[in-house]
Order: sequence, then C-alpha cells, then structure tokens
Amino acid sequence: MRRAVAFLLIAVAACGSSVAGQAGENFAQPAFRGQDKQWVPTVSPPPTTDVLPTGSGGYPSVVEGRPLVFPQDSGAHPDYRTEWWYVTGWLTDAEGAERGFQVTFFRVRTLIGEDNPSRFAPRQLIVAHAAIADPATGRLLHAERAERALDPLAGAAVGRTHAWIGDWVLEWRDGRYTTRIADDGFGFELDFTPEGPPMLNGRAGFSQKAPDPINASYYYSRPQLAVTGRLRIGARHHEVTGRAWLDHEWSSEILPDGARGWDWVGINLHDGGALMAFQMRDEAGAAMWSAGTYRAGRGEPQILDPEAVRFTPLRRWRSPRTGAEYPVQWQLDIDGRRLTLEPLFDDQELDSRRSTGAVYWEGAVRLLEGGREIGRGYLEMTGYTERLRM
Amino acid sequence: MNIALYRVFLASVLRRRLATALSLIAIGLGVALGLAVQLIHGAALAEFDRGMRLLAGEADLQVLGPRGGFDDGLYVTVARRPEVAEASPILEIEARLPGREETLRILGIDLFRVARVSPVLLPVAAAGGGSRSMGSDSFDPSDQDQRSLTPLILLESDTLFLSAAARAALGVESGNLLTVQSGLRETRLRIAGTVPGAGVGQRLAVMDIAAAQQTFDRIGRLSRIDLRLAPGIDRSLAQRELRALLPAGVELLAPEAATAQAAGLSRAYRVNMTMLAAIALLTGGFLVFSTQLLAVVRRRQEFAFLRALGLDRPMLVRGLLAEGVAIGLLGGALGVAFAHALTAFALELIGGDLGAGFFRGLAPALPFRPDLASAYWLLGGLAGLAGAWWPAREAARLVPARALRAGDEAELLRSPSRLPAALGCLALAALACLLPPVGGVPVFGYAAVALILAGAVLSLPSATRLAMRALAAGRVVVLRLAHARLASSPGQAVVAGAGVVASVALAASMAIMVSSFRVSVDDWLAQVLPADLYVRASSSAASGFLEPDAVDKVAALAGIASVEPIRYDTLRLSAGHFPMTLIARPLDGAFSLPLIAGSQAGALGDGGAAPPAWISEAMADLLSLGVGASLTLPLSGEAHDFRVAGIWRDYARQHGAVMIELSTYRAITGDERSNDLAIHLAGGADLDALMHEIRDALGARHIELSTPGEIRAISLAIFDRTFLVTYLMAAVAVLIGLFGISTTFAALATSRCKEFGMLRHLGLLRSQIGRLLALEGALTAAVGVAVGMAAGGAIALVLIEVINRQSFHWSMDLTVPAPMLAIFAVALVALAALAARLSGHQAMRRSAVVAVREDW
Repeated sequence: MRRAVAFLLIAVAACGSSVAGQAGENFAQPAFRGQDKQWVPTVSPPPTTDVLPTGSGGYPSVVEGRPLVFPQDSGAHPDYRTEWWYVTGWLTDAEGAERGFQVTFFRVRTLIGEDNPSRFAPRQLIVAHAAIADPATGRLLHAERAERALDPLAGAAVGRTHAWIGDWVLEWRDGRYTTRIADDGFGFELDFTPEGPPMLNGRAGFSQKAPDPINASYYYSRPQLAVTGRLRIGARHHEVTGRAWLDHEWSSEILPDGARGWDWVGINLHDGGALMAFQMRDEAGAAMWSAGTYRAGRGEPQILDPEAVRFTPLRRWRSPRTGAEYPVQWQLDIDGRRLTLEPLFDDQELDSRRSTGAVYWEGAVRLLEGGREIGRGYLEMTGYTERLRM
Repeated sequence: MNIALYRVFLASVLRRRLATALSLIAIGLGVALGLAVQLIHGAALAEFDRGMRLLAGEADLQVLGPRGGFDDGLYVTVARRPEVAEASPILEIEARLPGREETLRILGIDLFRVARVSPVLLPVAAAGGGSRSMGSDSFDPSDQDQRSLTPLILLESDTLFLSAAARAALGVESGNLLTVQSGLRETRLRIAGTVPGAGVGQRLAVMDIAAAQQTFDRIGRLSRIDLRLAPGIDRSLAQRELRALLPAGVELLAPEAATAQAAGLSRAYRVNMTMLAAIALLTGGFLVFSTQLLAVVRRRQEFAFLRALGLDRPMLVRGLLAEGVAIGLLGGALGVAFAHALTAFALELIGGDLGAGFFRGLAPALPFRPDLASAYWLLGGLAGLAGAWWPAREAARLVPARALRAGDEAELLRSPSRLPAALGCLALAALACLLPPVGGVPVFGYAAVALILAGAVLSLPSATRLAMRALAAGRVVVLRLAHARLASSPGQAVVAGAGVVASVALAASMAIMVSSFRVSVDDWLAQVLPADLYVRASSSAASGFLEPDAVDKVAALAGIASVEPIRYDTLRLSAGHFPMTLIARPLDGAFSLPLIAGSQAGALGDGGAAPPAWISEAMADLLSLGVGASLTLPLSGEAHDFRVAGIWRDYARQHGAVMIELSTYRAITGDERSNDLAIHLAGGADLDALMHEIRDALGARHIELSTPGEIRAISLAIFDRTFLVTYLMAAVAVLIGLFGISTTFAALATSRCKEFGMLRHLGLLRSQIGRLLALEGALTAAVGVAVGMAAGGAIALVLIEVINRQSFHWSMDLTVPAPMLAIFAVALVALAALAARLSGHQAMRRSAVVAVREDW
C-alpha cells in the first residue's frame, strides 16, 4: 500500500500528477539532517495542475487485467514511475521485549538523463528507510539513505526481489527474504520466511486508489512472514523473532486529485489470516475512497469494496514536536465486523522535516475485537500536519 | 632624560626636516611594500586554502587525476572497498563561456554522495526554480511547474547552481540562462539556485555529475574522488592499500598535501616579492644611517656642550638611538597604513596574485592581520635603530674638549679602510651561490645578494682612495681641492655614497635581470610561435576543444599550407609536485623546440626504442633528469616509457612541462581532440580573409584567433605588468639615493662654512666654491655609482643564475642594457653634482668675513 515516504517520492518524481501531501512549502528545500547529514530529496508543495491522462509523461499506465507472474514480478519494474518493497512487523527479543520495525526500499524513475550514456545518469533513484519503534525509547529511531541506481553500488534488480544501497539490502534468496540495515543508532539483520503464496490485493493485483481507475497500482502482499535475526539498538544486540508483512507495489499514477492524506493498516491475524485496509481522505477529512483485503486463516483472500471498509477515529494524540494531531486509536468496520486499533505506544510520529521534509505517523498497532487481541501489524497515517500557506 | 633634553633632540630633528622626511618615506615605503606583499598573498593563499578545504570537505583522502581525468570505473572499485566509508565522485570543469572573457569552474557532483563528504557543495534550488522557456535569456521563475520545485531540479541535465561570488562575477541571477561551451558546442543551462555553503570568496558552480559528463563530453571521466575512511581505519595504511588500485598518473593524497602542492607553486614568487620589499627597507635603513651620521657630524659642538654640561655618554647614545627608533616607528606606522591602502587597491584591481596568475577565480577580502602589521611596524623601528647605531656610537666617542674646537668634523669622516671585511663579504657571497635552494626557496641566493651589498658599501672608502689615487690631481685649483678633500676623508664618500651604492646596485641589477629576461622571453616567443596564425577553442585548461572534423574544416580552407594540432593535458608524475603539463604536437615539421640540450631529430622515434620526449628546464630540475634519461609518463591510466631527447626552455610553466609527438600521443591514448591549431599560410594568402573564413567555419563565438604578433604583444605586456612593481621599487630606490646625496652635501656644506670663508679669503670666487662642491658631489657620486654598478652586475648574475634558476627553473641569456646603464650613470653623477651645488648654496652666500669670524 502507499506509504508516507513513498508519497514523498511520488512528489519527487511528479511530472504533473496531482499531489496533496502533508508537507508544507517551507520544506521545499533540501536540508541536512543533524547527525549524519544524509540527504534525501524533499517534498514539493501541493501543486494544483490537473491529473495527466493515462500513459502520458513517459510512464506506462497501470491497467486492469495484467496478470502478476512470480517470481518475475517480485523484482523491479523500472519503466513505472514508483515502486516499493515495504516490510513492517513486530519483534520479540529473548527477554520478551516487543518492538516494531519497518524497512522500505523505494525505486523512482525520474525520466531524467534517459539519453545520457553516463553511468551516473539519474534515471532511477533508490531510497531506503528504516525505523524501530521501541516502547523503551518512547519514540521512533529511524535512518534513511538515497542514491542514484548505479550498479553495483545501489539498485533494484529485475526478476527477483533485490534492492540495495551500499550494505543496506532487501532481497529474496533461498526461499526467504533477507534484509540488512546498519546505522549509527541502530541496525538489524532479519530473515523473513513466507508461509504461503503472495496475497494479491485489489482485482488480481490491480489496486484502485480512487474513484477514477487511473489512480491505481499493481499491489501484492506477503503476510505472516516468520522473522528471525538480530537487532542492535545503540551498542546492545538482541536476538529476535517475530511476524512481519511485506508489501510490493508499483505504479505510475497513484494519487487522486484533492486527496489530503490516507490511513493504511496491515495486520497479521493470530489465526494465520491477514487484513489490509486503507482509506484516502479529502480536504475535509472524509473518506473519498477505501478498500482492503481480508484473508481468514489460510483461506482465500476476500477483496473488500469501498463500502466494506470504514475508519472511525477514537482517540487522538497531539505531537509535542509538530503540533499535529493523530487518531492513534481507531474503530475499524470491516465487512460488518467492528474492530479496534490500538498503538504499541502513542509517539510513533516520524518527524523528518530536516531530511525528507515529511511528517507522518507510522507505527506498530494491535488489532482488537471485543477487547481481545486478534492480530498485530502496522498503521500509517499521513496528512495530519498543519498546512502552511505562504 | 629630562624635558629639556627631549627638546634638544626634537629641535634637531625638526631642523633636519627634509632629511628626516626622506628617512621616514624610505622606511615607510619599505614597510609598506613588504607588508602589502605579505597581506595580498596571505589573503589570496588563505582564500585558496579555504577553497581547497571547502572542496575537500570532511574528506580524509582524495583520489586525484590529471586534468583530462580518469576512468570513472575506479569510483565503483574504490567506493566498495572496506576501508572506505564514503566516496564522493567529482568532475571538475573549467567551463568556457562564449562571449565572455572569464571561465567558470563547474563541479559535477553526485549530490547524494557529496552530502556526506563535502556538504558545503550542496546546491539549493531557488524558490520557484522555474522552467525552461527557450529562445530568451531567462526562464520564467514564477512558473509553478511542480517539477521545477521538486528536488529533481537538482538532478536535471540542464540546471546549474552558482555560488554568490560566481553570480556577482558573471552578473547573473537564478532564473537566468547561462551558455557554456564544450568543444565548439554551446549548451544553455538554467541557473536554478545557489551553493550557499561556498561562502563569499569562491567563484564556482555545481551541477549533477551525469549532466556535467554529458554537457562537457566527458562521459566516463572523473577528476577526483573524495574519500572518508571507515571508523578506525589508519589513513596511511588505507593510503597504501588503495594506491595499489590506482591506474598510472592517478594519485591518492591527503587534502592538505594537495593544498601544499598548489601553495608550493607560488611560494618562490611570494618570497621574491618579499625580498624586493626587504631591499627597499634596507635602503631606508641606509638613509637613516647617513642622516644620523651627518647630524652627529654637524651637531658635534652641540653634543660637546651638552656633554660638558653633564650629559653622560649613555644618555647621549640613548637620545640618538631614540631619534632613529622614533623615525623608524613613525615611518613604519605610515608604511602600515599605506600597505593596507595598497593591498585594497591591488586586490580590487589585479586580484590576489599581483598579476602572476597563480590564484584565478578567487575574490579574497581585504585582510587585517594585527600580527603582521605590528611585526612590520617594529621592523621599521628596527631599521631606524640599526641606522642610528653606528652614528650614535661615533657621537659617544667624542672627546668634548676637542669637539668644542672647530674644524674637527674631518675626524669623524676619516673612515678607516674596511677592505678585508668587504672582501670577506664578497667571498662568502660567492660561496653562497654554490649552495642549493632550501624547500624550493633560494635562501642562499638572497644571502649572497645581501652580502654583495654589504661588501660594496664596506669597500667604498678603499674605492674612494683608489679612485683618488688613479685620478691625477692636475693643476686646476678646484680639482685639486676636491681631490684632497675626498682623499683625506673618504668617510664623506661613505656617508653620501652608501645610499647611492645600494640604490644603484638595486636598480642596475634589476635592469640587467629584467632586460636579460625580456630579451630571452622575446626570443623564446619568436621561436615557439613560428606559425602565421593560432586558433584555440579556449585556454588549455577550459572546456573548449576542437574535434578532428573541425581541424579538417580549417585545413580544407584555401590559402592554408598546413595545420598543426596541439593537445594539452596534465600529468601527475610524483606525489610531491604540482601536476606537470603535457603538450602533444607534431615535432617533425615546422616547429622547432627552444632546446638548450639534446636534439629534436628523430621526433617520430625509430619504432623499437622508447619514443622521445622533450622536457622543460623546470621538469629537468624538479625530477633531476638529463638528456638520454628514461622517463615514464602515465597516459590514459597506463605507464608508458619515453626517453628524454632534449631539454627546452619554457617560460610559461614553472611547474614543468613535457612535449611529445602528437602521433605518438594519439596512438597511445586514442584522443583525437586538439586544443590549439598552428596554421601556416600558403604564399600570397590573405590573412584577414582567412581569419574571417575560419571564424565562419568554426563559429566566431567559440574560438579565439591570434597572430603570433598579438600573442607576443600580450605576453610581453603581461611580462611588463609583472615587473611593474619591480620597476617602481627601483625608481623609488634611486630617488632616495639621490636625495641622500643632496642632504649629505647640504649638511656638510653648512658645517664647512668656515672652510669656504677661508678659501674666499685666499682668493677663490664664490662660483669656484660652487664648482668645488659640484665636483666633490660628482666625484662622490661617481665612486658610488661605479661601485654600485659593479655590485649591481654581480647581483644581476646572482639573480639570473641562482635565484631565478632555483625559484622558477628557467635560464636566460645575459643581456646588459649598456646604453641605458651608461645614461643612467651619467645622469646620476650630473644630478649629484647639481644636488651638491644647490645644497651648498646657502653656505656660500654668507660673507667671507662672517664665515671666518665664526671660527674662534
């Protein structure tokens, strides 16, 4: 599903699509992040031009009816504008402490330098982002890297999942996914073993994002990934196990006109099932589109229509840093069932105004039904910051 | 010391207003010139150093290639090494801007990488970066095209980000278009933002590295990789490990080493200028010496009175030294102030290198260096103190009872012979010339110059006696009187002549050196510019060049007999040296090298042995190479063996240059581009018409056409500008020396009133006394000028054979501008006679009776 940083990158790569991001114009310039001065492209202010017609701007359109073929489609699709591999999950260490984690590799086709024979031609950019949600810290630890694709230093391979920037990597190898992330503050090396075939979202992998089918992506998920590996926070190492969720999504026109933000959730259910749901909000905060996929146990995935998915805010939390107010507790109505989302802890806001310029909430959540926990996963909320008009 | 004594000394100084003012000016000038040279170069060096550090950022090591760059595959290799934490690739371009004089330094960067090594180079998009609107000189920055507002504008293939200094220098703003040239092709780039980290002094621009490679036809090339090492990695260890990966001609240096290479290049020039200033200061010191000594002579009765009244010896010495120090410090203060004015003026007008071209593209600000300023101010005081030292000692030796009697002044002027000391100085000078330079600076050469000057001054009394002995007195009364006077008191010649000797030696040596240099440069230019016309796309360092089809186009024009392409690059031959220049051109044709050793025969080589290379004198000196030596040149990343076939004279590149046959170069590198074309016309061809045709063929905006005459005129104009400061200093020194004679004679004449009165009583006419004075002045000056000329000749030899050779590694043919020196000498003697005659005027006007009556 679309995620905040991806949203940014769409903005980065935008050549005319309508972007209604949460970033204000004051973040329109690149900046350093305090500690490592790592740079990632910043967001653009919300433009106002019309959505380009399908297939224009040099990118192929996402059309319904194209079958997803594996493992071919687990690799990169460099013709499309934006693509990401997004892993989220819960980890438990030997002492039983629970933490959330997230690692993402983005690929963006820029349409710049396509005729340039230079090996540095920035035709494709790779951005990686990783975060740890540790209740002991009380907020997110995160790090990011950005590079132009330049084999063998950074890239996203075609044919199988393999994206990397330097020694940061996410790849499919020997029947499982492996990731390795290392930053000053934290790092992890994790293996993810799937329990079954990919779960196709939308109509056989064609995931519509708005009333207009122009705004769509190819989208599949790998729920119920069994995690083993090691986690480092500061200088402390932990052996960890857990459950994770991988999303792989690629598109050229994803964001509808007039969208203010979205809420997304991906949950590994304790019965072995999976739930993915999202809503796209308009300026007034009302849902302009919603959809989802529900799989009970190891059964067949059920596609959820817009009418079958409803998000209702329950409790809000105000960020002391940005002043943004996030509904950290939700009521989720899925096909007649009333569920509740509760955060691992409240402050899972990602404030990267000094690097990407993005501010959003992305964190570990529990899914409850009738007060009983039925699953765990990740919630992402964007578009809650004050919008500055200059 | 009490107030009354202060008054006595002060009154004396005030009475000698002219002499004191001259001392002040001389010391002030010396201080001003010395400090200004230091300040200007300090400012330029500081900015240069800042620029190097800025560009290096937090790099621990830098991979540096020749100007032509190296294969960017090396970047991929180096970036993956475990020792390397971050690698930032940079392609540096000196972009030619069609229609503009100046070039622009453009750094092609990978902004994702540069952020982690030299974040100051990060470009920032201007608010509303704007979109392209072709066909005008600007694009519309108000266009809210969101693409232009995204960071992607930093990656676009046609955007450029300018530092504040570059924007100011080019007179452009964000939103404008800037045309750059690569080869003969123009590309219009959008100025889309700034480089805020570059600070105010650095003229540079930043663009994406892929865009830079494409725009400037440098696909696959890099100039530099900045490296940050992984934590805990030892730098020298990493340096050893990584060096093994580098192709030939690519170096791995610590950033400070690269800075030192560049700073070393200008060091000799800076020391040279400082030494010139020191000589001016020395002249000032001499002047203080002669004024003080004369003051002592004239005031000996006054001192005797003061001594008789109870002033003790140390007090007298202190008073006189205080006078000297006061003059020195006052002159020094004036000099410091003047130096800052001069520095501001020079930085504004000719930039930080005094016209020598070492620090292009920098805009240093006027510095104030309290440490330097106070040091030079104290140096002024020291010159005053040194000048007053001997006169004060002489004054202290006065015996009051004897000094109170009249006619005693000759005592002071009876200078003993100092010939042994003089000869000792000269012998030491000769020895100093044999010693090698220290750190590229000819320290012993400068010592030799100082020793020759000292020897010359010390030999003055003996020279005067010798001259008087040689000069038959004859029967003319006035001549005999003058002769007797000088023969008996050669000290007078020392006092009046020391300044003359110093200034004449300085002027003569400069004249000889500059004339030798200029004549040699002129001959050299004639030899290295044998063609009828030269075409260049840009200076060899900048981004213009000629592709083979452009060369063919020119060669095909009617009226052209032959076209010789010339290619330039740089070579990194050793870690310690600034890169040397590589010149590839046809050497079996019309061009004949200005060889000083070896021969040009067999330019194409004999196939089997290593091909020939001709190295410049500087390269021969720096690398200790002789004819026949084998030489390894890194071309296209590989080492190739050459044989030194000859050594040629090169006044253009003191860092060293090597010339090889163009066909050899092309066979090795496959590089078919050219920088310059030397064109020979067919008989009867019309030069102007041809120039027009070439401009039409290649584009008038993209090339520079020059005739050898123009290049020669420009080169000599640059030469003269470089030596302008030298000429000015020599002129000032001569003027000071002349004033010295004038004040000396004025003072002596006043003290010789009684003598003149007596001569009048004996029947001499007033006009005859005037002639006597003029004759004495002329004789004194003649001795001074003769000694000065001899010393000047010796110093010129040291300058040419030792100092220039060791500083800049170029030889020159000795050319003595004899007529000019003769005119100068005669004029100086005549002026001295006139000065002596005029300064004695006052003394002669008194009536003979009054004058004699004073002598009780």
